[in-house]
Amino acid sequence: MNAELKNWVAIGDLTDIPREGARVVKTDAGCIAVFRTVDDEVFALDDRCPHKGGPLSQGIVHGTSVTCPLHNWVFDLATGLATGADEGAVPVTAAKVEGGKVLLAADDLARRSAT
Amino acid sequence: MLRAWPVKRPRSKQRNETGMATMTKQKLVIIGNGMAPGRMLEHLFDQAKDAYDVTIFNAEPRVNYNRLMLSPVLSGEKSYEDIITHGDDWYAEHGVTLHKSARVSDIDRASKTVTSENGITVDYDKLVIATGSNPFIIPLPGKDLNGVLTYRDLDDVDEMLDAAKGGGRAVVIGGGLLGLEAAAGLKMQGMEVTVLHLMPTLMERQLDPAAGFLLEEEFKRRGIDVRIKANSHEIVDDGTGNVKGIRLDDGTEIEASIVVMAVGIRPSADLAKTAGLDVNRGVLVDDTMRTADPDIYALGECVEHNGQCYGLVAPLYEMAEVIADNLLGGASEYSGSVTATKLKVTGVDLYSAGDFAEGEDREEIVLRDACAGVYKRLVLKDNKIIGAVLYGETADGPWFFDLLKKQSDVSEMRETLIFGQAYQGGAPLDPTAAVAALPDDAEICGCNGVCKSKIVGAITDKGLTTLDDVRAHTKASASCGTCTGLVEQLMQVTLGDAYNPSAVTPMCGCTHLGHSDVRRLIKSKGLKTIPAVMQELEWTSSGGCAKCRPALNYYLVSDWPDEYADDYQSRFINERVHANIQKDGTYSVVPRMWGGMTSSKELRAIADVVEKFNIPAVKCTGGQRIDMLGIRKEDLPAVWADLGKAGFVSGQAYAKGLRTVKTCVGTDWCRFGTQDSTGLGIRIEKFMWGSWTPAKLKLAVSGCPRNCAEATCKDIGVVCVDSGFEIHFAGAAGLDIKGTEVLGLVKTEDEALEHIVALTQMYREQGHYLERIYKWAKRIGYDEIRRQIMDDRDKRKAYYDRFVFSQKFAQVDPWSERVSGKDKHEFKPMAVLTREAAE
Repeated sequence: MNAELKNWVAIGDLTDIPREGARVVKTDAGCIAVFRTVDDEVFALDDRCPHKGGPLSQGIVHGTSVTCPLHNWVFDLATGLATGADEGAVPVTAAKVEGGKVLLAADDLARRSAT
Repeated sequence: MLRAWPVKRPRSKQRNETGMATMTKQKLVIIGNGMAPGRMLEHLFDQAKDAYDVTIFNAEPRVNYNRLMLSPVLSGEKSYEDIITHGDDWYAEHGVTLHKSARVSDIDRASKTVTSENGITVDYDKLVIATGSNPFIIPLPGKDLNGVLTYRDLDDVDEMLDAAKGGGRAVVIGGGLLGLEAAAGLKMQGMEVTVLHLMPTLMERQLDPAAGFLLEEEFKRRGIDVRIKANSHEIVDDGTGNVKGIRLDDGTEIEASIVVMAVGIRPSADLAKTAGLDVNRGVLVDDTMRTADPDIYALGECVEHNGQCYGLVAPLYEMAEVIADNLLGGASEYSGSVTATKLKVTGVDLYSAGDFAEGEDREEIVLRDACAGVYKRLVLKDNKIIGAVLYGETADGPWFFDLLKKQSDVSEMRETLIFGQAYQGGAPLDPTAAVAALPDDAEICGCNGVCKSKIVGAITDKGLTTLDDVRAHTKASASCGTCTGLVEQLMQVTLGDAYNPSAVTPMCGCTHLGHSDVRRLIKSKGLKTIPAVMQELEWTSSGGCAKCRPALNYYLVSDWPDEYADDYQSRFINERVHANIQKDGTYSVVPRMWGGMTSSKELRAIADVVEKFNIPAVKCTGGQRIDMLGIRKEDLPAVWADLGKAGFVSGQAYAKGLRTVKTCVGTDWCRFGTQDSTGLGIRIEKFMWGSWTPAKLKLAVSGCPRNCAEATCKDIGVVCVDSGFEIHFAGAAGLDIKGTEVLGLVKTEDEALEHIVALTQMYREQGHYLERIYKWAKRIGYDEIRRQIMDDRDKRKAYYDRFVFSQKFAQVDPWSERVSGKDKHEFKPMAVLTREAAE
């Protein structure tokens, strides 16, 4: 899907999220963890580790990765893929910052709700 | 162990064919405990463990350490403990009697005894004089003022470090090897530094003028004021007997709080001279290293052999080997040494060997790369290398040195010689190729004279896989360490993929440094933020990882309590939200109950909270607390608010920090109690709560040796007895089970508190992140901890004071902070999206 065609939903200000931290967005289809890196990039992943369901929003954010607080699996924020020896993936919701607002892709949110 | 024989004893002189004593053991006495005699004994014990009863007199109050490493100690890159080569254990294990702080004042050759200033007399069959050298003191006016220092041993380094704390300017007289290392170290310790050098270029004995100039530029670039052709005239008195500055011949005056004289060394030969041995500049020896008296050898820097005195370690080690062999009846001979020099200043690569003066019959090959700061010069005579100076890039130093020592004809490779070994014969540019191509007898470690085949042999025969193993077995890279890269490459070549250089346990994948190195460098370089640590220590990842970030955050909190701003994003979630995350993402909450005591009011408040928030589980913990489990994150601030109203604060049951002090009821209730264990436990807990430690810290106080509070398996425990308080530490009852060690017995509660706090602070300053106190204690040594906490009053007080200072910033209840709104973003969702909003 072409990113240009996406509709976007504003969820708040970039400054609502601490640098190298995350906030939770609640949806009908479960929580989404929205991450902010040290360079003010934002990423959104389902807030659920594929290993044992750990809340990724509570993990330590480093570079463009997050480490799950329960058993230290590490995920790439951009792809949602587990790194290192572990195998697994977390669904990604496209996210971006515009004018200081954090936006999530409506199409991705809708797809989550549909499943 | 002390044997002083008032009456002369008959001595066994009978020998068998191997030259060994057949009856009682012969007695070997060594005067001096430097690196050369240390090495000699290793050779001796390797060949014949029980040939001699060995006694050593050491004028210094300590064991043997690596003097080459004084510069890293001065610069803060290493500690004294890091550079010990032979610790107390080693002497005990080899049955060597070591007299510390015992300077020998007399050798009586007629009765074959030596006597020390403090009155110890020992007789000998064989004597080794290894008195080393003394720094040369220029006879300037003011040379005896306070603040005029030399640079020879650890005491000098300690004095310099002390002086550096006061800041100000250090003037170093002498721009040779030692002077420059001292200057660089003092600069790293934060002093302003001026180097005065009499000659036109630095290190003129080892470097040609071009390399000397590059070196001067490098030192200036580091902010060190270098003045060449500077002749000192007088050290100026401030009127109270302390140094105020220095005046040069041309009238220039430089203010200084210390003056370090590093202009050279003189063999220390007075003792030998008084004993009637032949002495010139140094103690004269023949090729077997014997002095004029056949039962007396001389070894090391005090020696003059064939008109030469040596101040570098490699020749001294060669002498050591010769003497060890001759002591066992051998006939080894020392034939003098060719030496190569390296400067041990981090970030300056410099190598020089042989003779590099210009001459009509000599040719030279020079390579310069100004941008890269590289200068290489080879001096050739009759198509053989006779001298080499390398600056900026020294990897080929050992190869050139090998060609030099072997007098190899280099005419075949003259065109490409200067580019180094990798460029000979079209060899590939793999960095390990150069090492692989070295001949078997090429010297890898100059300090210890270890050649390639010995290292490779040890790796394959003994199955060595780590650098430390190779150091232990071969001594390669165990002295100055500049050949470490070569040794590692050799391991790579020999072991292939089986060699994992990171087996030296780095902190994590983001760095090659271990925890100890990182902690030391944080202090010595004054690093006060996580980005500064990552930048200065060359982290290989941009933002660290979940392993190193919490560790660095702890080290910075611990080292700079008043200056460092705690980085919550580098803390594990439990410490970020001050509760324990559970498997389902809910949290558990444990309020503090001082010393395990509670009341009806507190229990009622807990019961009310449990009902109000529908908390599914309540449990008593092993640390005498009550745990409420299954609380939703959003409810945490409200739960804490209610608990806070009843007077509860956080129990820090989630912290790498002080957790609980468990107690029994002691003299309050128990018919066996000897002291107020509950009261002491509460006092300790109220004093220490809030402090962060490398790993969790659990304490207990038992009122009598029946030990109902189970103090003897805690991180720190107290067992009360009639006569006072027995302090225990380093217990474990988790992954490992281990009873505590006894720290010592103190008489009063005040003393108990002071000792426990000091011990905790020592652990806070030295422990590796996540290293429990029992592992730390095993690493440091129980005796060393007892020495610092029980025996050294000043150290204990200093630890105590630093703990108290850091508590000023640590004792804030995190729950009430969050009830008042701190970090409220943590507990609320950023947004709630309903299906309509998403569409």
